[in-house]
Amino acid sequence: MVLHTKTKDVLVDPILNNNPIALQVLGICSALAVTTNMDTALVMSAAVIGVIMSSNFFVSALRHHIPTHIRIIVQLTIIASLVIVVDQILKAYLFEISKQMSVFVGLIITNCIIMGRAEAFAMQNPPAMSLVDGLGNGLGYGVLLMLTAFLRELLGFGSLFGVQIFPLVSEGGWYTPNGLMILSPAAFFIIGFLIWALRTWKPMQIESE
Amino acid sequence: MHASAAYNLAFAAAMCVVCAIFVSSSAELLKELQESNETLERQRNVLVAAGLALSDERLSQEEVDTRFKSIRQIIIDLKTGEEVSGIEPDLFDQRLAATSVSTSSVAPDNNARVARVPNQVLVYELLDADGVLERVILPVSGMGLWSTLYGFIAFDSDLATIKSLTFYEHKETPGLGGEVDNPRWKALWSGRKAFDIDNQLRIEVIKGRAGSPDTDPYRVDGLAGATMTSRGVTNMLHFWLSEHGFHSYLERLRSRGDK
Repeated sequence: MVLHTKTKDVLVDPILNNNPIALQVLGICSALAVTTNMDTALVMSAAVIGVIMSSNFFVSALRHHIPTHIRIIVQLTIIASLVIVVDQILKAYLFEISKQMSVFVGLIITNCIIMGRAEAFAMQNPPAMSLVDGLGNGLGYGVLLMLTAFLRELLGFGSLFGVQIFPLVSEGGWYTPNGLMILSPAAFFIIGFLIWALRTWKPMQIESE
Repeated sequence: MHASAAYNLAFAAAMCVVCAIFVSSSAELLKELQESNETLERQRNVLVAAGLALSDERLSQEEVDTRFKSIRQIIIDLKTGEEVSGIEPDLFDQRLAATSVSTSSVAPDNNARVARVPNQVLVYELLDADGVLERVILPVSGMGLWSTLYGFIAFDSDLATIKSLTFYEHKETPGLGGEVDNPRWKALWSGRKAFDIDNQLRIEVIKGRAGSPDTDPYRVDGLAGATMTSRGVTNMLHFWLSEHGFHSYLERLRSRGDK
């Protein structure tokens, strides 16, 4: 039973209580870049979840063998290899979307969440639990990405997943798209508001002065 | 774990080998699919340049093949501008022809940083129902800021008026140089003139805004925050439309039109 609650905590905590973007404010760069529409946000989330789970797993499996002095380089090598493979897979099977995401798939390598989890969790915990931690943190990242993309695509284009929800003025409807939402700063505002909302709901997350 | 230097080195070496095998085998396995995606993307861009597809239209391989029927693919000798027979255009690999020593020559010093010029180039002619030339689509490439841009320029039957300019492959900064893909910027090219009435090459991408195609036909707005990419576009057009590029071919088409 004890183990069961721990697994659940490891999985659920990073989604609300310890969200990598909202609480730790990591991985913001890609959150700004790929959230103009929900397609790319979904693929990005899936890619990050895949990479973070595998990197946590491999780092954890090797944790007793990785020499302390070169552990960061070893972690980065593992992460970089995984990211290149994910990029190759996207180019082969999701060509259109991979074109839109361009360099941001490659930049998953520098996403601090992945490196952070490898160093903070996978180096100390067994592979199965690290896998769960990777999934939890990946989901935490993904949920915030999807929320941001939901607002940006809906307000910026009047659509969701490319399907028109609000008829646009230019096509005879009533909705004038908000151009700001398509620009990167919009993601800053939205993430800021989301953090505010989350901390109002869960005051525990407010840092002491 | 603290270990000896020898262990560290051995571990790092083993790690590199394993990761290298993992990465290269996945790249090799997926190569075929990726290449067919890229071919489709290039053909789709020819169609967009020819005005036979919208820029955001998604097309399957079959649809692309059907629409390609009104396009004549011909391979020309770049120096003479004459058509070369005996090569199947579908099997012609332009990228390979431009890099292989036997099918290309060293390019003269140029600002577009084109290293080698292929002897033969695949061009596309769009003909109307009577077989009269409607548009001609030429491949262009050249260095931007970070990468070589590959694209197509389409001319109207007067061989001076640009119908469109589109890029299908580049690695410029998204949001800055990457805006060469932006439909609004691409729309600015339509109706501009690459050559003046004396067939002098005049087109250039300027800093800031150009006028409308009627009043300011030889200039196009630069991309904000992407001076190097904008300059790269000018340079590549100046290279490929000069005597090192498609000059002879365009001359041949012009003289054909006069008859």
